[in-house]
Amino acid sequence: MLKQTPLNAVHRAAGAKMVDFGGWDMPVSYGSQIEEHHAVRRDAGMFDVSHMLAIDLESAGPDTAKQTARDFLRYALANNVGKLTVTGKALYSCLLKPDGGVLDDLIVYFLRENWFRIVVNAGTADKDVAWLRSLQEERGDALKLTPRRDLAMIAVQGPSARERVWAALPNSKAITEPLKPFMAGEVGEYFIARTGYTGEDGLEIMLPSARAVEFWSALAAAGVRPCGLGARDTLRLEAGMNLYGQDMDETVNPLESGLAWTVDLASARDFVGKAALLARPAARQLTGLLLTDKGGVLRAHQKVMTRAGDGEITSGTFSPTLGASIALARLPAGVMAGEAVNVDIRGKALAARVVKPPFVRHGKSLLV
Amino acid sequence: MDLPADLKYTASHEWIRSEADGTLTIGITDHAQEALGDLVFIELPAVGRKVKAGEVCAVVESVKAASDIYAPVSGEVSATNEQVVASPEMVNADAYGNWLYKLRPDDIAELASLLDAAAYAAVVAEE
Repeated sequence: MLKQTPLNAVHRAAGAKMVDFGGWDMPVSYGSQIEEHHAVRRDAGMFDVSHMLAIDLESAGPDTAKQTARDFLRYALANNVGKLTVTGKALYSCLLKPDGGVLDDLIVYFLRENWFRIVVNAGTADKDVAWLRSLQEERGDALKLTPRRDLAMIAVQGPSARERVWAALPNSKAITEPLKPFMAGEVGEYFIARTGYTGEDGLEIMLPSARAVEFWSALAAAGVRPCGLGARDTLRLEAGMNLYGQDMDETVNPLESGLAWTVDLASARDFVGKAALLARPAARQLTGLLLTDKGGVLRAHQKVMTRAGDGEITSGTFSPTLGASIALARLPAGVMAGEAVNVDIRGKALAARVVKPPFVRHGKSLLV
Repeated sequence: MDLPADLKYTASHEWIRSEADGTLTIGITDHAQEALGDLVFIELPAVGRKVKAGEVCAVVESVKAASDIYAPVSGEVSATNEQVVASPEMVNADAYGNWLYKLRPDDIAELASLLDAAAYAAVVAEE
């Protein structure tokens, strides 16, 4: 039995094509995936991302006033929550295994000194909670860890996204208008962050499940187009963002996944996976490809032939914004942006160019 | 589901129309285009190529996935529709109005193996 978000009936009533995504019954598109993609690049679209899980970490017991939650996350996450000094600030990070493999990627929000919230992927949520609990036990931290399945999550993305949210939820404007990117604020029972997974401006809103249908309808009435996981995938790939389980998993480390910028190896801070990352230089890299030949579409698992050896595409698609096929690929270290490589598509070696992601940002091509 | 009664079908979601000149016009069904989503690439066989029934002879790719197109019967490719190669989205807009290629069949008796609209509808219902 697939799990359902509070908006499941709304998607079905809208005629969405539904798929099994990590055990969840989710909309892949409501009609044309390409039109949904363009709506986000040019105007505003919304995604039901209630399958993702918010987990609250609060200092507990006699330690309530102490920095237990922060200290725990300083050790549990590869990125440094020490960077979170301003209330509402968000940080992207990997959660690593001791061998440096990626357990998940997540966003952590600093709400109060004794309260942090992390948002993790749907398919890995149970594994993450178990891992964090085992880590907490091992450290003996007085920490309350609460999976928030009572919350729904809606991402509103696009150049007009914020205005449309203000139209749908007028009392949110005072709090959210001053928010800089990667900052969050609370509006009553709504938790609103200026974050996203599309390369556009926008807001991600966590709210009580019971309010989800009403809020979704208000956004639709304000002119926000419902978008499915199909458009979400082409948007995030254009934006050069990894998809967990596809571009990275427990068998690769963040240095081989284009995420060195999220890993703090310079400071004295110890964290899970640090020793393993320091012990082994990255032999591979995750980078972008642009298909320059005609003859197909780049797809996951196609072989990439470079002067330094073979690599593999991890995510590939047709980019609606660029009108060309793009991919993320894991290639031997040392292959540089601008180099020509070949991709095996149905037995033909088609030419592609190595490109440093992202491909698209704020509606504009970054290809030169 | 849109299934014109004058066409024949395959379980692999091609439609086939018998023309007065003895050739077969072949496309993909409305169900196939719907399942694939927005088409962005179509590769067709060379005119003059001999194909066997069930052989992969074309490819259509949507944003989501690539899908092989099979020859419904054995024969020789007699024409291809270059318009859909230039604008694959035409197939999404009208799957029966925009054919992919034409085939001159080796043996007209092979047509008996194709499905009629009702039989194809049953195949789709089972998916």
